[in-house]
Amino acid sequence: MPDGAPIDRTAQDTAEPAAAQLESASKLFGDFAALRKVSLRFEAGSSTVILGDNGAGKSTLLRLIAGLIVPSRGTVLTFGEEPRSQRWRIAYMSHEPMLYDELSGLENLRYFASLQNTDSGEKGCSCTATSEKALRAVGLDPALGRPVGHYSQGMRQRASLARVLQADPELLLLDEPFSNLDVESSRRMVELLRDFRTWPLQGTSTQHSRTIILTTHQAHLAEPLANATVTMRAGAVLSITGEGVHPSA
Amino acid sequence: MSYLGHVLVHLRKDLQLEWRSRDSVNGMLFFALLVVVVFSLAFDPTAAMSRQIAGGILWLALLFASTTALNQAWTREQRNRVLEAQRMAPAPPSALFLGKALSNLLFVAIVEVVLAPLFAVFYNLHAVGQGWLMAAVLPLGTWALVCNGTFFAALGLRTRNRELLLPLVLFPISIPALLGMMQATTAILTGAFEPGPWIRLLIGYNIAFTAACLLLFDTVLNAE
Repeated sequence: MPDGAPIDRTAQDTAEPAAAQLESASKLFGDFAALRKVSLRFEAGSSTVILGDNGAGKSTLLRLIAGLIVPSRGTVLTFGEEPRSQRWRIAYMSHEPMLYDELSGLENLRYFASLQNTDSGEKGCSCTATSEKALRAVGLDPALGRPVGHYSQGMRQRASLARVLQADPELLLLDEPFSNLDVESSRRMVELLRDFRTWPLQGTSTQHSRTIILTTHQAHLAEPLANATVTMRAGAVLSITGEGVHPSA
Repeated sequence: MSYLGHVLVHLRKDLQLEWRSRDSVNGMLFFALLVVVVFSLAFDPTAAMSRQIAGGILWLALLFASTTALNQAWTREQRNRVLEAQRMAPAPPSALFLGKALSNLLFVAIVEVVLAPLFAVFYNLHAVGQGWLMAAVLPLGTWALVCNGTFFAALGLRTRNRELLLPLVLFPISIPALLGMMQATTAILTGAFEPGPWIRLLIGYNIAFTAACLLLFDTVLNAE
């Protein structure tokens, strides 16, 4: 049982499903257990930093919540449903930019914005027009015609953040977002993410704000953003502190 | 955005990527030209013999050449983990497949446009049969190659030897289509027999495999 803050069971009893919930979730890659029986509940509106050394299972945890991989055992739910059915509410940023090297930042963002627009009513955002705004928000010039392959590492990271922000997600998953940034750029990214949490949610009945789950080695950088911290080691949860995250029942 | 809109978005993106890199078309073109030249040197055929073997050589050259491009088609998506962003998007996965297959069709079509006149010169060809039917055989045959090729290239994405795996899977499964394209082309060039049944075989093959690829692509894309 992890130590840390007392468990707030009342939150679990409400009708509002958690932004993400893992029940005894394990992930095996061959014989290697990347995640071992992790049970966590991330409340909607929480902002959580996941800490841990390399190989602790942080990225695997995020990829499970994103629906990019499925658990070998146990269950993972986002907003009470199977993660892949909730793709329109989730955005995932990896430590790689997830952008085409041959296209400019704006071309990349417009392309991915088009993929967010679907015919299924509220499922999807009308965010095509926000690509330029998203680039400006991360400090990049939308008129910059240079292909992303010619960007510096920091610029690629910021363009990648713009890609996920323009999707207007309720649940934002960030895997090592500060890995290629200097301290000042990291600080600006944290400010932007704090601001992002206050953006109003479009097309949803929920009253809570947005949820962020972020992994990093640099806890001090993410500190102003976090209202909960989960520490992992060897695929298991070591401790939970703060509000908004609980061990799942 | 409609399903067709998503297909066009993917197609436009692939054309943009190819326009800027020119990896696929250049590689395919030189490979196909080499095959045609090497075969012409190896056989030194008469005009009558050329018409007998040209169908086979043309389609084998296109098959080998398109295999080089089909492998690259998904490599672009793997670079920088772009494919994961695709998987996270709410747009239908089959639209991604269809957009990519259509872009590959256009790339191979460009190679065919350049290759066809050179091929006619090298092999001293003119159609004895209904030459206009090549306008049906070429797109049908090309679609059979690129549709399956795009699908099986995606299937091999997570394997270590994907460059080897693609021809190992694609060539056997393309045998009925290859037979159809080669026989139809030979029938048109020689006028010795009717190409109709072979064209119908190609149409049936394309309908069956296009439907299977569209239905199964979501599973292939999200397989671990």
